[in-house]
Amino acid sequence: MHIPDGYLGPATCGIFYVIMLPIWTAASRIVKRTLKARQVPVLAIGAAFSFVIMMFNVPIPGGTTGHAVGGVIVAILLGPWAACIAITVALVVQALLFGDGGITALGANCFNMAFVLPFVGYYLYKAISYNAPVDSKRRVIAAGAAGYIGINMAALLTGIEFGLQPLLHHTASGQALYCPYGLKVAVLTMAGEHLLIFGWVEAIVTALVVKYLQKQSPGLIGGREVAQ
Amino acid sequence: MKLITKLWIGIAALVILSPLGLILPGYFKAGSAWGEWGADEIQKLTGYVPGGLAKFASLWNAPLPDYAFRGWEEKGLGHLSLAYIVSAAAGILIVVIIMLLLARILVKK
Repeated sequence: MHIPDGYLGPATCGIFYVIMLPIWTAASRIVKRTLKARQVPVLAIGAAFSFVIMMFNVPIPGGTTGHAVGGVIVAILLGPWAACIAITVALVVQALLFGDGGITALGANCFNMAFVLPFVGYYLYKAISYNAPVDSKRRVIAAGAAGYIGINMAALLTGIEFGLQPLLHHTASGQALYCPYGLKVAVLTMAGEHLLIFGWVEAIVTALVVKYLQKQSPGLIGGREVAQ
Repeated sequence: MKLITKLWIGIAALVILSPLGLILPGYFKAGSAWGEWGADEIQKLTGYVPGGLAKFASLWNAPLPDYAFRGWEEKGLGHLSLAYIVSAAAGILIVVIIMLLLARILVKK
């Protein structure tokens, strides 16, 4: 889901930077107001977790690869705004140090994976786990569903961003200038592979961590202290 | 043991296991992620390299491209796995340093 340089035209790249700027500003303002000093170690681990889990490329035999983002669990533990900052930092390091995801596409990649994914995941988790006891099975299921839907929304948007490029930018003869695949192929592929395979990876990762923390540290998933 | 210590041990385990993310796709003959092809792969897939893509694709020269050391592209899976682990550890170190610096600015005492 890391869009490289050269796949999105300048307009798309610019728009997503412009969209992300106020989101990053709001995130720092809200985290400044709500995050407690003792939550900082969990936030650092969350960013590290998201960074490393994205390196676990899962193959579709004979086809493509994909991976979990690990962002929904960070949102569940610390709130979507703190998760936005943690995932943004992971994506920036991946782009600058490892060339995973483009510099020009960083705004779009952050919009998909550091904004849409944690926010959709967080509010879905909140809705499904509403009033559930901290140690209930419903919280594990809510976490799985939140991971699955969160990453699938991000994948769908990535597909749309890819797929709009041939419409926006092409030569007089109709040859694409950036991503060469249109909406139909891009959306069907990105949505399809995440619905079938990679979405389940995010679902399992999110559900397992919540299940583990239910026993180890119920306070973390009670949901009272998150930065909203 | 404190929870934070346990979680860091979990992260360390993931770093050591990370080469699975390199080995399994190779074993199952899975290629790049969709939409993350290099210019030569795009040439094979579509028969041409889009003009803008050709121009911007190598805009940035990352120091550890694809979580590997420069010049190690032709080395075996063992070397690449080692580079992958080093990349994971280095990446996490930098991510954590940035997060702690941000926390110093953002979180009140």
